[in-house]
Amino acid sequence: MLRFIFTRLLQAIPVLLVVITVTFFLVRFAPGGPFDGERKVDPSVLKALEAQYNLDQPLITQYFSYLGDLIQGDLGPSFKYPGRSVNELIGAGFPITAELGIYAILVALAIGGCAGVLSALKPNSTRDYVSMSAAMIGICMPAFLLGPLLILIFGIWLEWLPVSGWGDLPGDKVLPSLTLGAVYAAYVARLSRGGMLEVLSQDYIRTARAKGLPEHVVILKHGLRAGMLPVVAYLGPAFAGILSGSFVIESVFQIHGLGRFYVLAAFNRDYTLIMGCTVFLAALIILFNLFSDVLAAYLNPRLRSQLGGKS
Amino acid sequence: MTSQAENLTNIDQFESGRSLWQDAWSRLKRNKLAIIGLSLLIFIGLVCILTPWIAPYSYEHQNLALGATPPSAQHWFGTDNLGRDLMTRVMYGGRVSLAVGLIATAVALTIGVTWGAIAGYTGGKVDTIMMRLVDIIYALPFMIFIVLLMVVFGRSLLLLFLAIGAVEWLTMARIVRGQVQTLRQLEFVEAAISIGLSKATIIRRHIIPNALGPVIVYTTLTIPNVMLLEAFLSFLGLGIQPPQSSWGVLISNGVEGMEEYPWLLIFPGLALSIVLFSLNFLGDGLRDALDVRASKD
Repeated sequence: MLRFIFTRLLQAIPVLLVVITVTFFLVRFAPGGPFDGERKVDPSVLKALEAQYNLDQPLITQYFSYLGDLIQGDLGPSFKYPGRSVNELIGAGFPITAELGIYAILVALAIGGCAGVLSALKPNSTRDYVSMSAAMIGICMPAFLLGPLLILIFGIWLEWLPVSGWGDLPGDKVLPSLTLGAVYAAYVARLSRGGMLEVLSQDYIRTARAKGLPEHVVILKHGLRAGMLPVVAYLGPAFAGILSGSFVIESVFQIHGLGRFYVLAAFNRDYTLIMGCTVFLAALIILFNLFSDVLAAYLNPRLRSQLGGKS
Repeated sequence: MTSQAENLTNIDQFESGRSLWQDAWSRLKRNKLAIIGLSLLIFIGLVCILTPWIAPYSYEHQNLALGATPPSAQHWFGTDNLGRDLMTRVMYGGRVSLAVGLIATAVALTIGVTWGAIAGYTGGKVDTIMMRLVDIIYALPFMIFIVLLMVVFGRSLLLLFLAIGAVEWLTMARIVRGQVQTLRQLEFVEAAISIGLSKATIIRRHIIPNALGPVIVYTTLTIPNVMLLEAFLSFLGLGIQPPQSSWGVLISNGVEGMEEYPWLLIFPGLALSIVLFSLNFLGDGLRDALDVRASKD
């Protein structure tokens, strides 16, 4: 197992390097600089600014000095928020996005998992039909549509919940978390239904039942472990989707998290902030994929031996 | 000699192919949801193609004095705050959304099928390198990159196609490669090799047609993804730019005034959702009809 984790970590390094390199050069070759404001900056001031941010040096030098700083965990200063470092800005925005993401994943797993397992226990029943139709609606209803609709219904017409903000008013975390989690709940429901259906038809489930084990033990202990494998494998991609989904959710609900920073930085051409956020998010996604792979390998002994990890 | 053999294999392929499709079609016809989806798609597709002739108002038509009005007999979907007919705008927006969906999917399809077929058929080191590359690109957080791309290089439609196509081809390549690897070991391919057909011909005439089922299914499921991605970017203001419009842009505009004018959000949202629904149902139906196993890699 350890070897498996270690190999995966090693494989992540070139990917991360590609991300850093591509981001760096993409942003540098972009037309328009970070100091192109509404009014022209005086050439001498511009020069001083460029010198301050090392923009006057050859590109390759800049690249390596950026890499060097990065290894030490320093993402550089922000171009648009003078005096603040990218680390600070990410530190301010990330906890909010992380909290939102965790709630969204919990929503997805709780609602989707229950719906999927319950459907699989009685395939082709009304229950199955209703929850799978609901899942289909969830998949076809993008977050930027669902969010405003929920705001309209629960925030404006029924006035049950606040329509924006994060942690300012009681209950304002409900709608963003639900909206972000809904699509993934739908996918989780479909995956867990498929997984459980397949597992429940296996011989060892019949054996467990024949042994006289109570039904809930059969389902929860024997069925769930294998039946949830597709869901676990899906957690990695879902996490990546939730992170980018936070761009939309945070704009819709006016939450000042990392997703909003990223979109704003993109509009402002805040080079270092874009690069910092990209590298940070990419590293997170890669790590989470790793985590989801490891979890899948832990749950599925066959996969583990196939991938060569022994302990 | 070669041409005769080629003819023979062609006849074979044609006959078995036709019966497979007939079979699939009869199975698909029994799936009500898929047929409803297909009919809706054909209807919406026709409306979008014919929009310039059947739209109730011209695209530029606006009536500032009228302002935003709820749905009425003159304006079935209502009007926006510039007095523009929403139905007309939804129809024109649909043209862009559908076009993006189809073209970007075509880009993804071309790259993915070619890549997967070559990797799967050649095998060995080439295969390892090609698929390793796919793995690496797969691991990149692409949504973030697309946002970055759109910001960095302006918001051209062409770039949008390329960027989306560049993301979506990966899964296609994996699926095709898996198919091709299995097909390659079958007898009729061996026969094709033994009569001296070139690699390219074998891939084109024997491998790709036989791998078509999963490709069709996955294509139907890629189009909604692509359309979602376009709407996502347009919603953030990074996709389609005015005066052009798409469903994503309309939804984004609708959100701004949704308290007073909810219909501006509801109708474009409905249009997008219906198309996504139909495509997903059709894709699921096709998967059952063509008997494609659900496994992705």
